[in-house]
Amino acid sequence: MSGVLPPEVEKLFDVALVGELTVVSSAGRPIAYPLIPLYDGRYLYLTSAALFSKKLRHIKANPKVCFSLTDPVAIPVEPFARATVQGDAEILEDDPHSGWEELLPLWRKKEPIIDSFVKKRFGIPLFFERSIIRIDPKRALYWPDGRVDVAPQVFELSALRAGGAGVGR
Amino acid sequence: MSSLTTVEALRRSESYSHAVLSWVVPGGYPNSVGAPFRSDSAASTVVIGPLADESKPPNGSEVCVTFSHIRPQRGVGYDERRYMNLWGTAERDGENIRLTATRATGWDEAEVPFFEYAERNVPQARSYLASLGANVRLSRFWTFFLATRLPFLTATIAPVALGGAVAARDGAFHWGWFLLTLVGACAVHLGLNIANDVFDDANGADEANVTPTMFSGGSRVIQYGLVSRAAMIRASVAFYAVAAIIGLVLAATRTWDLLWVGIAGVVLSLVYSAPPFRLVHRGLGEPVTALGFGPVMAVGTYLAVARTWSWEPVLASIPVAILVALILYVNQVPDRVGDAAVGKRTLIVRWPKGRVIATYTALATIAFAVVVLNALTDVTPIWTLIAVLPAPLVLKVRRGLRAHYDQPYALMSYMQDNIVLHLATGTLLVVGYVVANLVG
Repeated sequence: MSGVLPPEVEKLFDVALVGELTVVSSAGRPIAYPLIPLYDGRYLYLTSAALFSKKLRHIKANPKVCFSLTDPVAIPVEPFARATVQGDAEILEDDPHSGWEELLPLWRKKEPIIDSFVKKRFGIPLFFERSIIRIDPKRALYWPDGRVDVAPQVFELSALRAGGAGVGR
Repeated sequence: MSSLTTVEALRRSESYSHAVLSWVVPGGYPNSVGAPFRSDSAASTVVIGPLADESKPPNGSEVCVTFSHIRPQRGVGYDERRYMNLWGTAERDGENIRLTATRATGWDEAEVPFFEYAERNVPQARSYLASLGANVRLSRFWTFFLATRLPFLTATIAPVALGGAVAARDGAFHWGWFLLTLVGACAVHLGLNIANDVFDDANGADEANVTPTMFSGGSRVIQYGLVSRAAMIRASVAFYAVAAIIGLVLAATRTWDLLWVGIAGVVLSLVYSAPPFRLVHRGLGEPVTALGFGPVMAVGTYLAVARTWSWEPVLASIPVAILVALILYVNQVPDRVGDAAVGKRTLIVRWPKGRVIATYTALATIAFAVVVLNALTDVTPIWTLIAVLPAPLVLKVRRGLRAHYDQPYALMSYMQDNIVLHLATGTLLVVGYVVANLVG
């Protein structure tokens, strides 16, 4: 996939099974939530059940978020690397009942069992009333080999999209 | 997420492989970096690093440290899920960041299973959906399926089939009357299931129960916002009305004795949970259930089909009566905390674990002893002895109760076994009658 993210970061998002979404509360405090990242080459997507909607309220108050990939077990790639993407989040929830199902093709690639869970949505119906968190990436930080004791490579993505060079590349 | 003491959170942090440090950078975006760490729970500190200067928050900034163990099982979901967030102020310490934790929250599915975690958040979900002007939805079929708790109809089908089988043994079986009786009995049962949900919603028992399972804790359709309480009341009244009409038709066309049996059935189903009686709150739910889903159903069916009285359906239905009461009994185990909170003092609430399990074993043993006694004394055909075949499930359920009394979701498979125990025993009793009819 060749999208808005640098190829080395894309490679991580294509396989990552869990990462951390960090939002900022109204008090200015960072709060992190483990979630499954989905990526279509343009946006990062996450979904949130209405059951766990606090993060959605935080994002509506402050859309500036970041998503980090940090766990070697959740990122089955060799060589291991870490990345964080900062961006602006938008909540898509015109139809919390089935709007998020548009993401099922991306979700299925990472978690094929999702289809069987959806078929059993009657067992936990509020879990399947979901909002989409769509993140427009603005900046990416990349730590080759997962080494955070060295400075990360930094990619200013709006500059890249405009054809310019990324800072720190 | 539940609050944790910082000491406890830092003690638990030792079981995680890495920390994720988050802070807000100039410009307002948060930044996160995963890194090695070491924690000192006694001092409430965690040291994260080594970190390059570019990956460190400034001195004095408020940071969140996340420890996550959401373990992906590639392709098939996640397990061993637990994570924690700690907050405090960052202090640069050479190549590391030192944080003195001031607040912590966390979730560990080993302590709070996912379904309980989700259940505790139902008010949050309903409030959020309401803010969107949306509501939870399911198809009509699944809404009906959940609201009526349709699979529990096996509790009605078994005694009705048994009553029909006894009538057939007496040479008086008639498919039309039998099926009409079955429909009427099912209508009472569905009306009762819905009414029970309405009463448990009104008295707060279902809301107080945060560990519902497939077999316990009610249908939850009111709590989830799938069906309003008013609609549930209308549905319950409709089912009772259908049952009353069928009962009157059967009484007028078969025997007026049915009227008293029908009234007994409806009264039992109402006094079970309706105020002021609320017998289930007084520890009398089991005998009421046994009567209603045992002799009353079996005798009613026999009367409707054979148009005469007999003791045989009463005696033959005693095993299924006991076993259906034991379904209620075991299914109340995971409900007991919520039940106790609203004064629903079932036997399970009143008794300690040891007595609950001993009583289960004793009553199940009596049920199978009655199967044998009935067969050996010619009350029922000798072929009904095959109904003892499911008896080993009693031991399995007992083992499950012993091992998972405090783990509602681990107990679920044993609750299912207990339901199978009733259904299989009832079915085999009917099969015993059918075989006896075939072989003479």
